[in-house]
Amino acid sequence: MRFMFIVKATGYSEAGGNYNQKYTDAMIAYKKSLAGAGVLVSAEALHPSSTGIRIMYPSDSEKPEILVGPFLADQELIAEYTLIDVDSEADALNWALRMPVPTGCGEFKIEVRKLKKNLGFLRYSGTCALEADLKDQLSMLKNF
Amino acid sequence: MSVSDTHRTIDAIWRIESAKLIAVLTRIVRDIGLAEDLAHDALVIALEQWSQNGIPNNPGAWLMTTAKRRAIDLIRRNKLRDQKYSEVARNTDLYTEDDMDHNLDGEIGDDLLRLIFMTCHPVLPQEGRVALTLRLLCGLTTDEIARSFLAAEATIAQRIVRAKRTLRDRDIPFEVPAGEELSDRLSAVLEVIYLMFNEGYSATSGNQWIRPLICQEALRLGRVLAEIVPYEPEVHGLVALMEIQSSRFRTRVNSRGEPVLLMDQNRAEWDQLLIRRGLKALDRSQKLGRPFGPYSLQAAISACHAKAPTAPETDWIRIAALYEALSRVLPSPIVDLNRAVAVSMAFGPDFGLQIVDMLGNESSLKGYHLLPSVRGDLLVKLGRFDEARKEFEHAASMTRNERERELLLKRAAECNSAH
Repeated sequence: MRFMFIVKATGYSEAGGNYNQKYTDAMIAYKKSLAGAGVLVSAEALHPSSTGIRIMYPSDSEKPEILVGPFLADQELIAEYTLIDVDSEADALNWALRMPVPTGCGEFKIEVRKLKKNLGFLRYSGTCALEADLKDQLSMLKNF
Repeated sequence: MSVSDTHRTIDAIWRIESAKLIAVLTRIVRDIGLAEDLAHDALVIALEQWSQNGIPNNPGAWLMTTAKRRAIDLIRRNKLRDQKYSEVARNTDLYTEDDMDHNLDGEIGDDLLRLIFMTCHPVLPQEGRVALTLRLLCGLTTDEIARSFLAAEATIAQRIVRAKRTLRDRDIPFEVPAGEELSDRLSAVLEVIYLMFNEGYSATSGNQWIRPLICQEALRLGRVLAEIVPYEPEVHGLVALMEIQSSRFRTRVNSRGEPVLLMDQNRAEWDQLLIRRGLKALDRSQKLGRPFGPYSLQAAISACHAKAPTAPETDWIRIAALYEALSRVLPSPIVDLNRAVAVSMAFGPDFGLQIVDMLGNESSLKGYHLLPSVRGDLLVKLGRFDEARKEFEHAASMTRNERERELLLKRAAECNSAH
């Protein structure tokens, strides 16, 4: 099952700066360990909201309003996300707790969310074969 | 031979030999990731040397000798650092590689079996088992596996890395399970093989040649397994099922790529060789003298169709009895629905309807659209069109598949005009 770790923006990230070298190094090592364990799907960092655009549809209008950033930092802006694929919720939480955090930069927030669709590539099973058999039998039932 | 010819030949050799190499190397180094790396190293050396000097007479033995030497070199290098490895080295036959053919059947067969049990180990999630088995036992590349499952290559690569790591972290032994554990573990192996086969067989979309590749690999692995554990009836049962299903491969899909139902298939085009092999495997399963398990029963059902010269000549009484037996060893609503239809064919729709009506009381079947759909078909057969229409409409309201819903509503409309 897939999980997204959403790292919320802070004053530092919104200002466009890096936290510190120690954090950057720890983050690189963290992503390496995710990849090494075979759980990393993707990880991306976003530019500050000053480069963002919002398309707003007011409740009584179908016409969009275009707003340009920066947006208010108390609106739970996103700074980066990491997508992982693990076997259980406990595994996901375990990995999330190991995500490095910058020290001395105030409050820091990571949100863990489960994705709706499984990444599973096995769409068929024995049931599928039996359902195919049923279709075959039904076609004979209709005709004889 | 040109360089590209040589490369193609080496590819083919690799497909045949890689599983054996990895199996033997895993026994020596006790780590499948490392074993795979060493086998690849041997392949790289082969590519260099064979392009210049030509392909040796026994390329499999050459690869094995080269890979084993590298494994032993590695162990020697680690010897001072790691006492455990040096013990392994001491217990490994260093220079008996040359009479490889001598122990090909026994020893390497055992190593292959241990490897299958490892890649299909229950500590791994189902998808990890399938990916790792295709990679290590069937010699498929990550790209081939990804294309077969219409998944991203990175996804499959990560699955494989994760599976290997889990095996290492959990210290999963390279061994054939003994005693009571064996039958459970064997059924996990059979499940992986059947899953692989179904994945290739059920798919009508996707790459035209890569899908059958997965079926072929599953069948090949099944045949190998039947040779190394000939005393397990369900292994032969599964092989029989896959052989017989494969015999219809050419007729399952028409030239436009649309599926063709069994009744409309051209039976003259069924592959008689595969059918014969399937019937023989089923016979081997039966001769072991134990009651049929789910794979043998499904193979026996499939064999009834294979043996019927035309669709109306199908032995429905036998099929109905086999589904009855299957519903005992593999209780499932879909098996019961199959049984109901087979009973209708054998004894008339009244009897089939009785079975479906008994199923209707089971709460586990609530929301399963095939139940009202089958009931509708049986009611049409009995001329009870009003009731049939209601069943089709009910089934249509339950399915989420758009095409299926259209089909069911069409059936409902036909019931109206049947009056």
